[in-house]
Amino acid sequence: MPKILQAPGMAKCIGCYSCMLACARYNYRSYSPKHSAMQVKTQGGIQGRFVADICRACVDAPCVRACPADALVQRRGGGALLVKGKCIGCEQCVPACPVRVVYWDGVQRTPIVCRHCGLCVVYCPHGCLEMAVTS
Amino acid sequence: MLHENYLKVLYIDLSAQKVRVARREDLYPYLGGAGAATVLLSETIDYRKGVFDPGQPIVFAIGPLSTIFPAVTKAVAMFRSPLTGNLGESHAGGRIALALRYAGYDALVITGRAAQPTYLYLDSNEVRFKPAQTLWGLGAEETGRLLRDIEPGRGHRSIMRIGPAGENLVRYANVNIETYRHFGRLGLGAALGAKKLKGIYISGDADVAIQNFPEYNKVYAQVYKRVTETSLMEKYHDLGTPENVLPLNALGALPTRNFQQGQFEAAEAISGEAFAQYDLMRKLSCSGCPIGCIHIALLRHQFGKGYEFESSFVSYDYELIYALGSFLGIGDRAGILHLIHRLDDQGLDAIATGITLGWATEAMQKGLIASGELGAKLAFGEVEGYLRAIDVIATGSSELARALAEGAQTAAGRYGGREFAAFLGGNAAAGYHTGYANILGQMVGARHSHLDNAGYAIDQKAGELSDEEIVQGLIREEEERCVLTSLCVCLFARKVYDRPTSRAALKSIGIAVTDGDLDRLGQDIYRRKVWIKKRCGFDYSSLRAPGRLLETPSMRGALTAERLDGLVRLFNRELEKSEVPGGAA
Repeated sequence: MPKILQAPGMAKCIGCYSCMLACARYNYRSYSPKHSAMQVKTQGGIQGRFVADICRACVDAPCVRACPADALVQRRGGGALLVKGKCIGCEQCVPACPVRVVYWDGVQRTPIVCRHCGLCVVYCPHGCLEMAVTS
Repeated sequence: MLHENYLKVLYIDLSAQKVRVARREDLYPYLGGAGAATVLLSETIDYRKGVFDPGQPIVFAIGPLSTIFPAVTKAVAMFRSPLTGNLGESHAGGRIALALRYAGYDALVITGRAAQPTYLYLDSNEVRFKPAQTLWGLGAEETGRLLRDIEPGRGHRSIMRIGPAGENLVRYANVNIETYRHFGRLGLGAALGAKKLKGIYISGDADVAIQNFPEYNKVYAQVYKRVTETSLMEKYHDLGTPENVLPLNALGALPTRNFQQGQFEAAEAISGEAFAQYDLMRKLSCSGCPIGCIHIALLRHQFGKGYEFESSFVSYDYELIYALGSFLGIGDRAGILHLIHRLDDQGLDAIATGITLGWATEAMQKGLIASGELGAKLAFGEVEGYLRAIDVIATGSSELARALAEGAQTAAGRYGGREFAAFLGGNAAAGYHTGYANILGQMVGARHSHLDNAGYAIDQKAGELSDEEIVQGLIREEEERCVLTSLCVCLFARKVYDRPTSRAALKSIGIAVTDGDLDRLGQDIYRRKVWIKKRCGFDYSSLRAPGRLLETPSMRGALTAERLDGLVRLFNRELEKSEVPGGAA
């Protein structure tokens, strides 16, 4: 079964953003961490703890069901994969996500969805993230 | 701008509440950061008017590699220093470089004075001048929280703000950024206060596409590996800069009780090891740096009988442990953390505050100033008096309070005790009593910081050093650091960004430079800074160190005024050989 991204070690996070930079760089050819499918943010400012907004890899993904053009297809192991050519830019997948982690690329007019590729895990220097198999 | 042949500069006039954007191709060869800021400052500074004149500029600049390569996280601020009256330069990390990059600007130039307390909101689409009367008078911590709540922001946010010390024009007031980082030195906080500018909120919400993915990705991965998998930056993550406490103490180079000693008997108790073992709670990074050098301690304080506790999270570093610890004879970690927490909220530079309090303690012992007038009784090792004195410096109105707000050097000019006011070149001395190179380096460095030219490192080289070696070493190092700070590389990563690495990183984003280009750039920027300082009235030829710093034996033994005078003369001869090209702007 393909693995999915999990973030069990966020208490160790130092907020370096290397994970987001890796996702934006590899998957979206962007310098900006805003262009990452997973987002690390602070709760209550920098004095609060860091949390990760990540795709929870739904097995029957609401974002897939919301897509009228079949541009999002169910990923084996959980989550969704984008078939770019089919996307009509309707944005219906964005509000469909129960945990609000389908982001919108306003330039490309396509959703930013996690592929569970694991590159963010590779670039985390503190072991906050991992790829895991779920039942 | 990334992949453009210009730097995008936003000019902000607080008096007229107007903004203007300029695309400056002529600044492109300066890369950004300190280089671009030096030129922008020299264009806008008014040499005839005072430091608090509304026309004086405040410049912020980032560099071409900022936040798109690991550990390139700094923004450079340049201004006319309220503390020295000449070139003000200070660097800060946090999220400011990230926010500024994706707000779409390489540099900001702020002039004018707002009619009412104001804060600036800035993103890729707009600049807003917002009322800050409600925030005026609040501490840095609460101001940050309120701005975070008031402005939701769409992008990655950076929140600069001043505390009461900046509002009250304390000459060494700092600017707080993201709670735990600062534009610490030379009084940028007072420069903002004089403009009635309580804070600057920057939201980085735009996007920039990578142009040459294979090349950029390859170099990024190589640099990331150098940062995280080699020993080049290990110490900064491990114990952090407080690692220096014990080695410097062993060398007799840890200034103690206002430079009366070079060793502190309680060094063990305030060492990096002790802080890490007993107080360290977590580590944090600036955005885009995987090191995590920001060490946060838990300060637990009993405020009532029984089990009544409050807690605060305080960032600590070597310079703070020195200035508020050994320098004030304070050997307990909680006491140091209390002092850091208090001056952070008031918005004061830790080094200048500690050095000024050290002078005041001795001045009080000697009867030059009175505790009644200060409203606090100062004695080495006594935390309570210092906590009170920090509040007095930030907000007090007595003649003595305002004198201390100008720094130990100025206060000593009024009350006596110049020989034990530990200022060098007009700025408070950093915590390295290593020898001549350290003292000369801080006196002649462009911002009078140990980071300008690392004289302390020259002193720690083996063997006797000739005057020639010291002077040449300082100038070459400062030129090289002018290159690094134009790239906006964090100086902790200076060994990572050797020339081949810097050139490869620049090439991957389409900037081709040779080592010769970078050599000339460093020399040019350095000479321009010297030229600005001279035009502001800084006199390199009459530099003297306070007697205390020569008498108290350094790591290299006692120092003589004669040899230091000789070094100053030799330095001036070197400086005269190469004046600024073209007379600058």
